[in-house]
Amino acid sequence: MDALATYALRLGDDSLILGQRLGEWCGHAPALEVDLSLANVALDQIGQATHFLNLAGEIEGAGRDGDKLAFHRDVMDFTNCLLVEQQNGDFAQTIARQFLFSHYQELMFAALAASKDARFAAIAAKAVKEVTYHATLASDWVVRLGDGTEESRARMIAGLDWMWRFADELFEMDDVDAAALAAGVGADKAALRGAWDQRIDLALADATLARPAARRPVLGGRTGRHSEHLGHLLSEMQFLQRAYPGATW
Amino acid sequence: MSDASKEWPLWEVFVRGKGGLSHRHVGSVHAADAKMAVEHARDTYTRRMEGVSLWVLPSAQITSSDPGDAAALFEPAEDKVYRHPTFYKIPDGITHI
Repeated sequence: MDALATYALRLGDDSLILGQRLGEWCGHAPALEVDLSLANVALDQIGQATHFLNLAGEIEGAGRDGDKLAFHRDVMDFTNCLLVEQQNGDFAQTIARQFLFSHYQELMFAALAASKDARFAAIAAKAVKEVTYHATLASDWVVRLGDGTEESRARMIAGLDWMWRFADELFEMDDVDAAALAAGVGADKAALRGAWDQRIDLALADATLARPAARRPVLGGRTGRHSEHLGHLLSEMQFLQRAYPGATW
Repeated sequence: MSDASKEWPLWEVFVRGKGGLSHRHVGSVHAADAKMAVEHARDTYTRRMEGVSLWVLPSAQITSSDPGDAAALFEPAEDKVYRHPTFYKIPDGITHI
């Protein structure tokens, strides 16, 4: 795959894996309304994944569409960031992941909406409205849980503490990102970091929480070096196409 | 779920289908406060483009008529057909009525 196809693939993989993760909450959320809320976010992510993976397949030009890319690749071929594949844990840990990711995604899509490539711009312009709501929703929950009861606060702190080490990867610029940026297609992710920090700090202050202690960042998702969790996720998500290759209905 | 006192309070949800229409009652949600109620109402009742505006209000704030009074409240209206404006002859050529 060339740089632009890989760029679309990464965007699609982020949304796909997060959507699948959130889908695991279906029927298990703390309240019926929260169940629907998480499922809505999951479906928005799956929709974005469909668009970006189809685009990746189109740019690649090897006859693969979004479904093929989603269901017929193995772990090391996935290019999602490590943050989105992290396990749901408890509700606070899920919210911590959503909080860090949605604010990144909102800034990212807002930047991509100005892409020179109309295909990237169109997907991002539609998706930015969706993820703006996700970011608000996640921030609200961070404040509620952080500034809530002793137990909710402890869980929110633990959730953020776990997810924090995967935040740096979101803003990493490698050769693919540099090529996409140089072509006027991609965003300067490193430049989004300042705005992201501000948003995160603002919500954390509202939640009366301190920033988690800095840790050694964990990187590697973009080049296929994933945690053990992703394989388990894929074995569930891809079961049908692995058991019955090419099945349609 | 067993301890009702630990449940979030109930909110009634009203959705405006489109500009110019009034908000209509569509159901209810549980939520800890008004802000959460709006989010839950959005996620529960506007997933299929049902609306352009939401109202939520605490269910506890609604005062309803007593079903036991229904006979006295509503049945007297049954034989007051003259309250319906159906006895006027409308001249030909009148529109917008």
